[in-house]
Parts: sequence; structure tokens; C-alpha cells
Amino acid sequence: MSNINTNAEGKIRVEFSPNIRKHIAIEPCEINGQTVREVLESVFESVPELRGYVLDDQGAVRQHVTVFVNDDTIRDREQLTDPLAANDRVYVFQALSGG
Amino acid sequence: MATTFWIGTRKGLFQLSRSTSGQWNIDSSHFLGVQVPMLVSGPAGLFAALQHGHFGSKVQRSNDGGASWTEIGVPTYPPKPDDVPDVIDPMRNKAIPWSLELIWSMEMTSAGKLWCGTLPGGLFSSDDQGDSWDLNWPLWNLPNRSHWFGGGYDVPGIHSVCIDPRDEQQIKVGISCGGVWASDDGGASWQCRADGMRAEYVPPERAFDPDIQDPHRVVQCVGAPDHHWVQHHNGIFKSTDNCQHWEELKCETPSSFGFVVTVHPQDPHTAWFVPAIADSDRFPKDGQFVVTRTRDGGQTFDVLTSGLPQADAYHLVYRHALEVDMTGEVLAMGSTTGGLWISEDAGDSWQLVTQDLPPIFVIRNGTN
Repeated sequence: MSNINTNAEGKIRVEFSPNIRKHIAIEPCEINGQTVREVLESVFESVPELRGYVLDDQGAVRQHVTVFVNDDTIRDREQLTDPLAANDRVYVFQALSGG
Repeated sequence: MATTFWIGTRKGLFQLSRSTSGQWNIDSSHFLGVQVPMLVSGPAGLFAALQHGHFGSKVQRSNDGGASWTEIGVPTYPPKPDDVPDVIDPMRNKAIPWSLELIWSMEMTSAGKLWCGTLPGGLFSSDDQGDSWDLNWPLWNLPNRSHWFGGGYDVPGIHSVCIDPRDEQQIKVGISCGGVWASDDGGASWQCRADGMRAEYVPPERAFDPDIQDPHRVVQCVGAPDHHWVQHHNGIFKSTDNCQHWEELKCETPSSFGFVVTVHPQDPHTAWFVPAIADSDRFPKDGQFVVTRTRDGGQTFDVLTSGLPQADAYHLVYRHALEVDMTGEVLAMGSTTGGLWISEDAGDSWQLVTQDLPPIFVIRNGTN
């Protein structure tokens, strides 16, 4: 958890929806990083089993998962290159699909 | 005889057990709310493939008969090299994805080696109880894969893996739609063995092309391993020469269309089917739910109705949802509308266990 802090000034806050936390124990955390890929990789480094729930086997965001940066969904779902600024919030949700 | 079956459904995994008084009951549930499309049980443990609606495929293993579970490795496709062109589905003219979509078959050797067939057509194996998986590159790299296409699902998939009990290096896989492929060297090389199968969904001059066939299910008789049966999209086929040739058989009443076939473990001439009207009408004829059984290698078929609903019954049985035990006497059958039946007399009569389960994908014998 070296890059992850739960209360740090200027860091990126990353949160996962309850549906994901039903399967993998992951609390909101704050991380340094320049892109969505960087901060998620930091989380996966600490919680490796989370990766397969968020990304597919080619490293893209799963079809039925959505990632927001603040109020907007990310644009690059394959490489996750969307840039981040200090104090941004990254939210990972399940999509509104299925039944 | 079998006393436990595992039932994989649209909304979880259920254990069906026979009490000492002979009653069959659901006596445990697992992974409620999550799809369980495939199961396998054997010397390496009990394995359940899970398909999360949002979070993809996962695999769980139990080493204590289902009392506890551990999430283990998932068969994942290695990163696609940049210089490898897409394989295009010839029917849809779309690239076949290079990524796991669904675990559609799992089998285990006597030594505990696992084989796993998937959508979009990759075959995986594991020598460490599912902790890690390897894509079978010889099959994935076949030039013929460009002839395969989806049937039922939008992409091709391996729904059947047959491991020859005489020599576990001999493997057959059934692909919708890609025919039957066989390896005699543990997966190092593959040959298409669908000679004699016939497809009605392509122009007549291509009807017998082997690598576009749609075998809905392929099964092998354990006691006579040269004998295989196929419920095909366009009928019933059998092979008595280790899949070198296939013979089409006709079940006129009620039909030869369906998804599932299971074969008696010792008698290669006995097999069971669950017919629907046709591919255009995937429900029982006249709302009468029946099982058909041949005992003479497909020359004649019994229509089995005792204990099965014979009015307003529109059950369909998927390709993995009719299981026979090692005695050939006990069968468990589950439908897409959540009906679950047991027969203890080789299908002559059936008893309803419940009609309230979620849609049933797969049933596997759990009796060790």
C-alpha cells in the first residue's frame, strides 16, 4: 500500500462501487498518479484480485464497468490515458445493464 | 449410484442430494445472484465457473465438497500481438474478440489436469488445479479458425471437451460453429473430424464442409471410447470409429432437433436427448415435454413421458443440463424455465424435484 493513503492532501481519491466491494474488499483510497491507468495500477498492485473485476484480459475497462473522473466518464477505455489533476476523484462503477 | 448432483444456474449454484429415504432435495446454495455456466468435479476438486454480469468470468474451487470456496485463476487470453491480424467471423464480417467472454466447458483427467473451452473459441488447460491456465496455441492459431462463426452466441465457442479414458492425450472438442476437432498428442496438433455432418444453414454445396458444422453437444462413451454422439443443429449424429466418420440418425417423433445428448457410460448404443420442434421453434411439440432415448444405436427411439408435464410445458434443456451417473440408471435434467427432474430408472420415469429454480445451465454428478 506504499502509494495508497486514505487521507492525503492533493492526491487522487479512488472509490469503488458497493457491487464491486461485495466481491473484493477495497476501501476508498488516495493515490498519486498522472493518469487513470497509473492510479488504478497502484490499487491493483496492492489488491491484485481486483484487476480482473475492473479490466478485461486485454487491459481494457470491462464492457459493463464504467470509470468516472469527477463528473465525467473516461474517454480512453482501452489504454486509460485520461489525465488526472490534484484532488481529482476516480469512481469505478458497474454499468446499468444486466438483469 | 449418484447421490449428489451440482446444478449451475442463472442465479447461483445448488446442490441436489438424495436422502437415505430416497428423496431428492436441494440442500445447499452458493454464489446466489451470479451465473454459474459450467462445473466440473474430480480428483483435483470441485470447480465452478462464475459469470458476473459486470465483472466477467471467475473460477472458484472447493476442496471440501462445496463447504468452502476459493477464487482461483481464470483462463485469460494473452495480450494480442500488434502484428497479428484479426480473425474475421465470416457470417458477421466482424473481428472475433481476442478476450475471454464465457467459460463454456470444463473437464478433468484422471490425474486432475483441467481442460476449459471458452467463447470466443480458445481452449485452455491447467496442471495446477486451476491456479494458472495456458491457452492452447495450436488450436487458437489454426488457419481454419477463420471459418468458425457463432451459433447461439455471437462468437464461436467450445462447449464440449472429450478426454479419451484409454489415452488422455486424445482429446476432442466440439465447437459451435466449427465442427469437431481432435488431438492425438495432448493438444499439440489438431485435425477436424466432422466428416458426414450436414448443415442446412449454408448453401447446399457447402452443407458437408466439416469446419462450419454446429454440433450443439459432443459426448463420448467412457466404456466404449470409439463411440461418440452429437446433438447437432440439424439432427442427431453418431460415430463408431473415434470421430473419423459420422452417421446421421432420424428421430421422427417428435423431432431430431435439440441441444443436449448424453450417452450411457458403458453401453454405447444407449443415449438420451431432449427434443424441441426445430431451430425456428425451440420448445416442445404441442407443449408436451419429453425425453427421447435410443437403446439400439439410433435405429429406434423411445419417447419417455412418465413424470414429465404433458400440457402447456415449454421447457428447453440446454446442452449441459442432462447428466447421467456411472450406473447409467440415474439421470438429472434441468430446464431453462427452472424445472429439475430426476430419473432412477434410465429415464423410464421422472420425478419433479422443483420447478422454481433459475434457468439451469449445467448439471454435473458430484458423487465421488
